[in-house]
Amino acid sequence: MGLLIDRFDVFASGFWLTLQLCILSGVGALLLGTLVAVLRISPLPPLRWVGTAYVTVIRNAPLTVVWFFAAFGLPALGSNADFLNIPGLNVVFSRLSFDLPYFRFAVIALSVYTAAFVCEAIRSGVNAVPPGQAEAGRSLGLTFGQNLRYVVLPQSWKAAVVPLGSVLIAMIKNSALAGFMGVVGDLSNAAQELVTAEGEAVIPVFIGIALGYLVMTMPLGLLLDRLEKQRAVAR
Amino acid sequence: MSQNSSVLYDAPGPRTRRITLITSLVMAALIAVGVYAFIYQPLAERGEFTMDKWGPLIDPDHPEFSPLWKFLGKGFRSTLTAAALAIVSSLVLGTALAVLRVQLRALQRRRFTGLPTPAALALRGLSWLITVVTRFCVEVFRGIPVVITIFFVWVILPEVGIELSLLWYLVIGLTIYNMVVIGEILRSGMEGLPGGQVEAAQAIGLTSFQATRMVLLPQGFRVMLPALISQLVVVLKDTSLGFIISYEEIMRTARLAIPLLETPNTIQMFFVVGVIYIAANYLLSKLAEYVQRRLSRARTTRTIAPTQPLPSTVLTGQASNV
Repeated sequence: MGLLIDRFDVFASGFWLTLQLCILSGVGALLLGTLVAVLRISPLPPLRWVGTAYVTVIRNAPLTVVWFFAAFGLPALGSNADFLNIPGLNVVFSRLSFDLPYFRFAVIALSVYTAAFVCEAIRSGVNAVPPGQAEAGRSLGLTFGQNLRYVVLPQSWKAAVVPLGSVLIAMIKNSALAGFMGVVGDLSNAAQELVTAEGEAVIPVFIGIALGYLVMTMPLGLLLDRLEKQRAVAR
Repeated sequence: MSQNSSVLYDAPGPRTRRITLITSLVMAALIAVGVYAFIYQPLAERGEFTMDKWGPLIDPDHPEFSPLWKFLGKGFRSTLTAAALAIVSSLVLGTALAVLRVQLRALQRRRFTGLPTPAALALRGLSWLITVVTRFCVEVFRGIPVVITIFFVWVILPEVGIELSLLWYLVIGLTIYNMVVIGEILRSGMEGLPGGQVEAAQAIGLTSFQATRMVLLPQGFRVMLPALISQLVVVLKDTSLGFIISYEEIMRTARLAIPLLETPNTIQMFFVVGVIYIAANYLLSKLAEYVQRRLSRARTTRTIAPTQPLPSTVLTGQASNV
């Protein structure tokens, strides 16, 4: 167990990098997912098709495939994902400005993959809003955009928060693939480094890494359970 | 879907239809231009559309076609083997886990009054301990990424003297995670059933295990079938994680095949493998949707069935159970 204290810096920096990856991809997935959800319920058929195609393809592809496409496809398109190197943002998330693009690829792969699930969670929330609300909005003369913005989306948020939470938990767990896809120094990469390269004892490393992920996933999970129970009582 | 979205906007009149058509055409044109400029052109410049690169994958007359697909076929077989084993074992163990947790919950309520006090206390302590341990294991393994579980199964098992083939490390890793998830799905299915089910089972003299096996479990399975099928899709998708322990499933096989070809074709290879994955999972999700529709139809017919109007208290009671 001394290992946990001796190599605390490795675990801590791994945790911090995984957390950065999760924050960035979480925000990216929420933005992209909301956009796709709006596409999927929009009045224009081509936009609906685009949204539906996106969700169908991404939801049925393994994350590994999506990640490979981010890592091999983007360079083939001549992009190094440099557009993520946003001034200001790269002060806090310094990995965004690294020469090696793997962290940026990780953010893109996770955002693109999770967005499909975010879209479905938001859509389930929109479906939970009683139709009378949107009809009332329409009879007041609100346009589609106004209706979504002022009537439907604020209410759908309430029903969508629990499914969104489980999507985000799944995303945190999916972020563990990063260490096997070229990102150096996150929790999963630290696990490999400590075990295979430095030959540390396996069980303490496992406990340390597991704790790192549990610290992120467990409180969220408990919070969601509570929200769900409150909701069930309220109903 | 179409029903619900039509709530959000008025039925289009002639003018809106015209605008919709024009906007759609403009947008389609924009998308086409974007795809051409940002995807097609860079790829074509790199020669990604030449038959040299696609031939081995799609042209049966290409000399490399049949050896390549034979090679990939081995990868597919490995993926399917791992998926089948993981699915079966996590279903079996997950069911066992769900039954165990439901049983423990029933055991918590027992006071063991027939026994002398110390024995009764010891039994109650034991059942409490097992409950806490199972709960802890479930929460831990549900919270750790599968990748990490697979990786550590692969590292730890040989260290404690259990040498298995790579297939089994992958299957064990996948099973640990998915049995916990499936166990939780089934448990919540069983606990969500109306309380009258258990009470009726107890009233006709079934033991608590019999009640779980013959009354709760079949209904829990039925209610949770859609969720179970989508979890099975997740298992199939997660077999692709086998590459991290160098198990030669389809993704890794594809990666190994690329440098063996005359012209390496990374993107084309992953494209084809991705399409196959997506098709397989799409069919499975369609199956889940179909099952869900069947189940909800069965449930609605049953609630319509009584000819006499039900008292309103019964109706509200039912509604809160759904």
